[in-house]
Amino acid sequence: MQGGLKLKVIELCDFVAGPYCGKLLADFGADVIKIEKPGRGDDARHIGPFRDDQPNPEASGTFLYLNTGKRSVTLDIETEDGRAVLRELLRDADVLIEDRMPGELAGLGLGYEDLQALNPGLIVTSITPFGQVGPYRDYKARHLNLYHASGQGYLLPMWAINLDVPPCQGPGYLGLYDGGMAGATATLAALFWRDNGGSGQHIDVSIQHAMMALERSQLRRYVDDGVSPNRTGKGRLLESLVECKDGEFAVVILSSQQQWEGLWRAMGRPEWGIKPPFDTQKGRSDNYAELRKRLNDWSRTVTQNELFHRIQTEGSAAAPILTAEGVFKSEQFRSRNHFVTIDHPVAGPLEYVDQPTRLPNADLPAKRPAPLLGQHTAEVLGGLPGYDRDRLQRLARNGVI
Amino acid sequence: MQDALKGIRVVDFGHVLAGPYCTMQLASLGAEVIKVETRARPDEQRAHRGDGTHANLEANSNFFECNLGKLSCSINLTTDEGRALAKRLVATADIVLENMRPGVMTKLGLDYDELVKVKPDLIMLSLSGFGGTGPWRRYAAYNPCFTSVGGVSHLTGYTEKKPNTMTNSGGDARAGTAAVFAAMIALRFRQQTGRGQYIDSSSCEVINSMIGDQMMDYAMNRRSPRRHGNSDAAMAPHNVYRCAGADEWISIAVGSDAEWQGLVRALGSPDWALAPEYATAEGRWTHRDRLDQSIAAWSADKSYYDAMRLLQAEGVPATPSFKAEDLFNDPHVLARGAVQEVDHPVLGRRKTITPPYRLSRTPARIRRTAPQLGGDNDHVFKTLLGMGDAEIARLEDAKVIY
Repeated sequence: MQGGLKLKVIELCDFVAGPYCGKLLADFGADVIKIEKPGRGDDARHIGPFRDDQPNPEASGTFLYLNTGKRSVTLDIETEDGRAVLRELLRDADVLIEDRMPGELAGLGLGYEDLQALNPGLIVTSITPFGQVGPYRDYKARHLNLYHASGQGYLLPMWAINLDVPPCQGPGYLGLYDGGMAGATATLAALFWRDNGGSGQHIDVSIQHAMMALERSQLRRYVDDGVSPNRTGKGRLLESLVECKDGEFAVVILSSQQQWEGLWRAMGRPEWGIKPPFDTQKGRSDNYAELRKRLNDWSRTVTQNELFHRIQTEGSAAAPILTAEGVFKSEQFRSRNHFVTIDHPVAGPLEYVDQPTRLPNADLPAKRPAPLLGQHTAEVLGGLPGYDRDRLQRLARNGVI
Repeated sequence: MQDALKGIRVVDFGHVLAGPYCTMQLASLGAEVIKVETRARPDEQRAHRGDGTHANLEANSNFFECNLGKLSCSINLTTDEGRALAKRLVATADIVLENMRPGVMTKLGLDYDELVKVKPDLIMLSLSGFGGTGPWRRYAAYNPCFTSVGGVSHLTGYTEKKPNTMTNSGGDARAGTAAVFAAMIALRFRQQTGRGQYIDSSSCEVINSMIGDQMMDYAMNRRSPRRHGNSDAAMAPHNVYRCAGADEWISIAVGSDAEWQGLVRALGSPDWALAPEYATAEGRWTHRDRLDQSIAAWSADKSYYDAMRLLQAEGVPATPSFKAEDLFNDPHVLARGAVQEVDHPVLGRRKTITPPYRLSRTPARIRRTAPQLGGDNDHVFKTLLGMGDAEIARLEDAKVIY
């Protein structure tokens, strides 16, 4: 056994937020046992992306990415027999991650109080759209809704030309990842305390709250001046999107005189850049539209790559807007081993984005693929006291596992 | 009340946003966070405002937002004695965080190789835009650079419009939040093995790992996904709709037949909704433009709160696109305790957002306001390091404690 996290985690979660929390522990070696509905499994198995767009619940890209290193057990916890198995699994577990609607598990006799009596050291981490308390706790929300409910969506797309451009959600399932990240962080804090003389406890994560906390720098502007910031701009000179000769986009930074000077040198020291009104932050800010036009006149004469390296060589910040292909081909990401190839029995070997947190002083096990549906049911349940082969076969016949 | 990270000390060389954002959250979990800063070169977040430098280093509300719960001591790291003093402080710490440009800590003699000599099981986090190794390691990066290189800018916004670099929640805040996770996992490993860690974190990699599912399309099909606004590849209706008030929008995401039927009931079962093409998910998606128009006609004379209540009552995922003003006054946000008032000697009493996780036995909370520059010098130099008044006075005169 290698030196990964010595933790037994039960994950009773679907889709993105809860599974990301579980992944953050599994990728560091924790034994994460994923409980899936018999037959259908995790919802993420059904959304893709799929190779050649051919649906296959064993090979959804979203599922594969979010469930690396876990074991899968199919179990129907709507049945009493299923709940008995789950209780047995939780008896010596360190963590339960769950994403059922508030009160749902308590209704099944699996609420925090029930589980605390079973295993006082257990940490139960609940990750839901609006948390366990408050008037919206039973409200349903998907990624789109949470992006908007958190205040983040109202501010996008940033630099909208006017308020007729509707507010917009963020990319992918970013907001759901925020919920998973908050859950994993709090879970580790609770584990640290438990093993430092404390006990188990219940953690309540609201994805809305987690996303709101991330937007605090913008939201506080309402506290400053009583006006809600909106998506038409932050009211000051910060940056500009520019289009390059090759049709690609890049961003240049305009936040200080120092940044400007490096950019100006990279542009070949044009005369207009040291004359009024473009010679000061204020002048450039007051003439932002014309400034952007002049920046684009220059950027269209260089490639994205040329622009990036020229400005950076002059000591100022700039960046290429990368597509997925751009990320996969980037020399910087490559040189830092941002990707890891994982072989999966159905999807085959694929390059995955690896954990960005690398621990040089930990001896972590090699990355393992996401599980097939129920792949580890016999292995995991067979190890439980009282669950011999006959009993497991009976449960399987009754559709419990 | 107990604190999860009681007894953990963090020395914080962070500045601007990502670094301070991380240590603020460690403070909320109960760590003692000591910010090391100097008026010789103040944290940009204290000094910069709008289009210039601000004279008052204690009046920036964004500094307040990212430094709640910390202590501050003033040490001028450009002096030999200042660096020695910082090292003495690190020797008493569990975690060190910095987010200077890669190479700066080495130049100061405060890189991991030096600091681990005074604290063998030290956990050190270095945050930078592109990471501390690789061909771009010397390059400068701010939030829009993280989101651009991290692949999220390309995926943000409307299909027919340009990519979008997002607000600073996009890169800075997420990089800082991922660093809290990194610190916690390193602490867990230290608890398990007794060993510290050096963590070299790239904000671009962090943000890219949070769209790892989108990256799978390239891994599988050599295809780069595109931005698609509020739409979804399979669900409809899945959009925002204008409501009655000024710039009010309701977001609706219908993902099942049951939710569709709930929406029809919430709308009062209008005739158009009974059209056979809307009976299946596929049909609704195919005719989504017409469907969007009909829903927008319904929402146009309702407040977005009313639209939310009507739809949620029928089990339909629907929320307003909340503005800052809504969130600071919303009954749910307030009932959860997500907003709290905190006093500040210069900014006064003001509302802010609390830590997002509620831990039943070790509550994460805002323990104190944001520190004034050097406001905790006595505690740090006298109590923690046992220095005498004479030595402190000498170092103040020499602008080492400055």
